[in-house]
Amino acid sequence: MADVQTTNQSILVVGGGMSGITSALEAAEAGYDVVLVEKNPYLGGRVAQLYQYFPKLCPPNCGLEINFRRMRQNSKIRFFTMAEVANISGSEGNYNVTIKLSPRYVNDKCTCCGKCSDACEAEIDNTFNFGMDKIKAAYLPHEFAFPMRYVIDPSIVETEDGKKCQEVCEYGAIELDMAESTFDLNVGAVVWAAGWNPYEAEKIDYYGFGEYPNVITNVMMERMASPNGPTQGKILRPSDGKEVKNIAFIQCAGSRDENHLPYCSGICCLASMKQATYVRERHPDCDISIFFIDIRALDRLEDFYTKVQEDEKIQFIKSKIANISEDEATGNLLLEGENTRTGEQLRMTFDMAVLATGMVPNKIDIAGAPEVAADEYGFVINDPEKAGIYGAGCVRRPTDVASSVADATSSAFKAIQSIARR
Amino acid sequence: MDKKTAVYICTGCGIGDALNVEQLLEEGTEEFTIDVSKDHPCLCGVEGVEVIKKDIADEGINTVIIGACSYRVNYDVFNFGPDVIVERVNLREQVAWVMPPEDENTQELAEDNLRMGCSKAKDTQLPEPFKAEEEYSKDVLVVGGGIAGMTAALETAKAGYKAILVEKEDKLGGFLGKMKQSVTMPYKELADTGAAEMIAAVEAEEKIKVYTSSTVEKISGGPGIFSVDIKNNGNAVNERAGAVVQATGWVPYDANKLDHLGYGKFKDVITNVEMEEMAAAGKITRPSDGSPVKNVLFIQCAGSRDPEHLPYCSSVCCLVSMKQATYVKEQDPEAVNYVLYKDVRTVGQAEDFYRKAQQDGNIFIRGAATEVGEAGGKLFVEADDELLGENVKIEDLDLVVLAVGMVPASKPAVTPRIKAPADAENADEEGMIEVLPDSGFFANSALNLAYRQGPELPTLKYGFPDSHFICFPYETRRTGIYSAGCVKRPMETAKALDDAAGAAMKAVQCSELTAVGKAVHPRSGDMTYPEFNMNRCTQCKRCTEECPFGAINEDEKANPLPNPTRCRRCGVCMGACPERIISFKNYSVGMIGNMIKSVNVPEEDEEKPRVICLICENDALPALDMAGIKRMKWSPYVRFVQMRCLGSMNLVWIADSLSRGIDGILLMGCRHGDDYQCHFVKGSELANTRLSKVSETLDRLALESERVKFVEVGITDYEKIPKIIDDFMETIEEVGPNPYKGW
Repeated sequence: MADVQTTNQSILVVGGGMSGITSALEAAEAGYDVVLVEKNPYLGGRVAQLYQYFPKLCPPNCGLEINFRRMRQNSKIRFFTMAEVANISGSEGNYNVTIKLSPRYVNDKCTCCGKCSDACEAEIDNTFNFGMDKIKAAYLPHEFAFPMRYVIDPSIVETEDGKKCQEVCEYGAIELDMAESTFDLNVGAVVWAAGWNPYEAEKIDYYGFGEYPNVITNVMMERMASPNGPTQGKILRPSDGKEVKNIAFIQCAGSRDENHLPYCSGICCLASMKQATYVRERHPDCDISIFFIDIRALDRLEDFYTKVQEDEKIQFIKSKIANISEDEATGNLLLEGENTRTGEQLRMTFDMAVLATGMVPNKIDIAGAPEVAADEYGFVINDPEKAGIYGAGCVRRPTDVASSVADATSSAFKAIQSIARR
Repeated sequence: MDKKTAVYICTGCGIGDALNVEQLLEEGTEEFTIDVSKDHPCLCGVEGVEVIKKDIADEGINTVIIGACSYRVNYDVFNFGPDVIVERVNLREQVAWVMPPEDENTQELAEDNLRMGCSKAKDTQLPEPFKAEEEYSKDVLVVGGGIAGMTAALETAKAGYKAILVEKEDKLGGFLGKMKQSVTMPYKELADTGAAEMIAAVEAEEKIKVYTSSTVEKISGGPGIFSVDIKNNGNAVNERAGAVVQATGWVPYDANKLDHLGYGKFKDVITNVEMEEMAAAGKITRPSDGSPVKNVLFIQCAGSRDPEHLPYCSSVCCLVSMKQATYVKEQDPEAVNYVLYKDVRTVGQAEDFYRKAQQDGNIFIRGAATEVGEAGGKLFVEADDELLGENVKIEDLDLVVLAVGMVPASKPAVTPRIKAPADAENADEEGMIEVLPDSGFFANSALNLAYRQGPELPTLKYGFPDSHFICFPYETRRTGIYSAGCVKRPMETAKALDDAAGAAMKAVQCSELTAVGKAVHPRSGDMTYPEFNMNRCTQCKRCTEECPFGAINEDEKANPLPNPTRCRRCGVCMGACPERIISFKNYSVGMIGNMIKSVNVPEEDEEKPRVICLICENDALPALDMAGIKRMKWSPYVRFVQMRCLGSMNLVWIADSLSRGIDGILLMGCRHGDDYQCHFVKGSELANTRLSKVSETLDRLALESERVKFVEVGITDYEKIPKIIDDFMETIEEVGPNPYKGW
């Protein structure tokens, strides 16, 4: 599998989300050899999990599809899924990198016929949907998965289920004895585009996430709104599957807060407004309240804020919600805080609450790796004095897709410069 | 090339169970010259591919037709190098997985699909990449010498390429050069602007040729072969470039329009730009009398986020006012700053600077100014304090700073007017009409492109020549010309640095791709290009008007003058041409026409309608694939024909189809309108417009208008596809069979 030949003229891109894909493509289309590694079994990262983008309300898969097509016809890019950087050493112009491949237990003979999944009985939590539903342990991560190839979960490799999958496959695609493997690369520059994780909402204990089922996060909401999500696109209360009649969006949940994330993640205001439009589209009677500190809709994104404000069913309330409690009998949520505009104590009951949690960067966490500058929050700083490894996208600052793509394009150029210098 | 063609049918993934493969190979290929035809139980497996490779080696096969899965999978497996034509015929996602097995209709569908594939393969030629006669340049022309322009030039040079930097002022630096200090990553303290160092670096860089006091008089040619006329201190200079970065920056919003905030009325009401210049010059004082300032009030969103002025947010003004408040405090620690704001917008790590500004004792008031006035030689501001819920009056102010927003340099002060087309509704008495922002005739002079579609980059509604695509922020309506920095979108310095480097990346990439005859995004790598058979051109101008990228110029006799290096290969020109004279090596009016003609049309008494669906390959076709993967069901009577973009749809296909008995035409394309998703900007919209002319054809044939339908299909609309098809089939059933069957 890993018969990849590289030289110090090649570029390694770590992370196959929108930023990594972009960096890889931009460099490859300028004529450079690129290796792209992604830890998930598919490319696309966080945007693959989004239902729509703000402000156009268009599907992210549309752009991913174009990018995958660019990738398909470009022999300069080699990509590996279920791949992580195990080791990295060297300096600008000459890095030695060890890539670790986790076993997929499915080889490239897979035709995606789906028979293994039909045969498999065991189910696992669907991480693509943040565990809100289950999938078979022999699965396609999602229907737009690229590469389109099944995955066998390690939990069934040694079970009857695993055997059944293997037996039913007509193409010899399932290899239950597949083992972890590694391969080495020599590259001239590295683009670190490992993306972000949602802030752990459990840590904001006064909001009861994890305790009250009807408190969910913005990333979960995105899956819930997706037609291929756990509820087939219906906005339903997790506790009882009831259609929502009123819903609260709590902005800056853990953000701009020195006890949690002191910075602003830049996208949550617009994401919540976008999600409010999902709710309105599906449940026209649902009342929506957005609790905010400041609404941050930069540049022409202001237009989207203007448009959402015109919706009578969506109200913006300036308040930092102090506490959520649950009515055990109904599962309803009581939100308490101060309405900073009126100065009144605020007590409002909702069917469901969505926490607009922020972005936490996936920093370079590899023992022995060359030092890469980062700020106190873990965001990579592209220090010209330490050239060679460049952050791209949300590892540098929390930001939206367009800015991440622009940033990833610039990082591709920095990587090319590292090679040009040698 | 002399074709030797082979057909391979895969019988795996249920295809063999659903179809009579022997019959398929016979019926589907009988009208074509096929040298080898085979089936294989797993064509994508090592043995299957080996069979094909062996035939290529031993039999000299150079055209391979693969009847198997969608072209979206196994693309790498079925790639036999640049000298072998590969045509994929979908028998899996569109046939075996969605149609009843061993069924006559399923079989006929597969046979038609194979016929269309054979027909297409027959007409396909290997691409011969375009090579311009002129020598290619890979130099980057950068217009604008501010932070974004200088960065684009420096980054280009660092990558080993040359840059030509043109700045209209007599020195480099732009607004960066006028600033006292900046607030940028990591947003803890004020920092030196770095302007002097950056200017010195640009001037010292031998790969950068700098022209100050200069303007671009004319840019002709196209990517790789741009010819640039520069007026340098009155002298004419010519340079050649491969690509262009437009970084012409911004101007502050005209504060004279903000007299309600006291500007122009009171000398001590100034803009943030004037404040910056004063601070950079030395000391912040009261303009009225030069006395020191003690109390300063900043009015945020002065004219911004205001439908009467600038409806958008300029995104930097919050930070700028906090920076200037810091200047005031540095000058006099006892001074008091008030910031009157709507929302404080310090995103990302910039929140740290807001926190610092609060800790420094600056007073932030959420509300809007209701009055700015003067009393006793000092200014006062009345405001609705949203948090106190009452009107407050802040008095004894020495200075009021209006945080005005950014207007892109491209935005004209007065919208230009042009002669309205005959059918325009809102033309004035003289028959003139306002130019729309997305026209090349809208923006202020910067590039002076010698393009038929106008001298400047088309812009978005507020005059920013930015991309409309979220996934592709460097998408541009003029190939090889990329905007960067604040002309594109209001942005702070940290972002401008990245944006400019990204634009330079795209510029260099465009030059590299162009030099080998390849297209740039979104059909990057495509080596075909449109060829014009000029003998039959009727000078109707449709191609030159409709090309979404301004690729085609015109001579004085209205003959089209194609510029292939500007072309994005969408095929809109081919769709527009009534004479069918525009063709690609692997995509032409004749080719698609022949594919459609290869579809068998059963006699009326067989009661098997036939519908042709022209489907956009960018979004609708993947959605159809997805519907197949999900094993949804739809009518077996529809034949799907893949389009590069629905804009390449030529009406002749519809006329020809209907006149030979096809019962209906369904068009599936991307969303158009304000939030368009068409990857070629206008393609889907143009297809829809063209359809309005279909009624002539239908009338001529005395056919019902319901027989032709356009539907917007997004990539995630796969759940809707079966219903779209079924509804259309129902309509076709209602209008009855096409009477031209069997003619």
